[in-house]
Amino acid sequence: MSLFEVQVMIENKAGMNDPEGDTILNDLVLKGHHGAVKKIRSAKMLKFQINSTTKQAAESAVKKICDDLRIYNPMVSKVTFSAKSI
Amino acid sequence: MKVGVVVFPGSNCDRDMYHVLGDVFKLDVKYFWHEDKLPKNLDAVVLPGGFSYGDRLRAGVIAAHSPVISDVKKMADKGLPVLGVCNGFQILVESELLPGVLLKNTSLNFMCQWTELIVKNNKTPFTSKFKIGQKIPIPIANGEGRYYIDKENLDKLKKNNQIVFQYGSNINDSVFDIAGICNKEGNVVGMMPHPERAVEPEINPKDCTPSNMIFQSLIATIGARK
Repeated sequence: MSLFEVQVMIENKAGMNDPEGDTILNDLVLKGHHGAVKKIRSAKMLKFQINSTTKQAAESAVKKICDDLRIYNPMVSKVTFSAKSI
Repeated sequence: MKVGVVVFPGSNCDRDMYHVLGDVFKLDVKYFWHEDKLPKNLDAVVLPGGFSYGDRLRAGVIAAHSPVISDVKKMADKGLPVLGVCNGFQILVESELLPGVLLKNTSLNFMCQWTELIVKNNKTPFTSKFKIGQKIPIPIANGEGRYYIDKENLDKLKKNNQIVFQYGSNINDSVFDIAGICNKEGNVVGMMPHPERAVEPEINPKDCTPSNMIFQSLIATIGARK
């Protein structure tokens, strides 16, 4: 068994509005003359440290936890997982 | 007539609800800690407003895993009245007793203001005394009160007459101006506004009669059941 870090990124599905990202874009970034920026989407990241045998096993174990406990809301959120050994 | 008020860590409208049920409507009301079992002789249960677990992760999601929720689900399955107000509504959707989700308000602000509800379904235990289209002046107080449901499930809500309250105007970009819904059977109702803050004239500058009718409907329902 080794220790892995699994990063879980939760963001709104495409098409869902994201008032936080919009506010950061319109009321901060674009007011700072960074006109090249076209879009900002906010997200929440959770980092799980978990004992597992492989990266894949760590990722699927965390995915199961997130599904079982509704860590993200499947109606509005999309979630991505990425594991690395630490 | 026994009604339970569930207290989660971070509930803050539990005492208001207890006061209204017990002192105003003279019901036999009891608090139940979120780790408690609910007794079998309970006639109805209310999940009050507040900030369970400080709204960590998402409003209501951690409380939705509380031990008491399995007993709330049993009561819901038996057809007994279950009411979730504000954070209680958020807990009901996160525990999948009701469909949809409550998202952060578009303004990103905590919204605390008087609103007007329109009754769309008078077949629930909390609306049986209303006429369809009747208006209720009532306050909201929430940061995550924007109801969202995808189109397919919104169509189901409409088809099954599950939309209980709509806002009189678009105050927070809730889908279809939804302020409250019920389950398919109608006995589980969730609403973002706070009826317990609107039943007494001392704290209601508008008209407290309609908010009273929410609780009078419950009393009539429980009474009729016995």
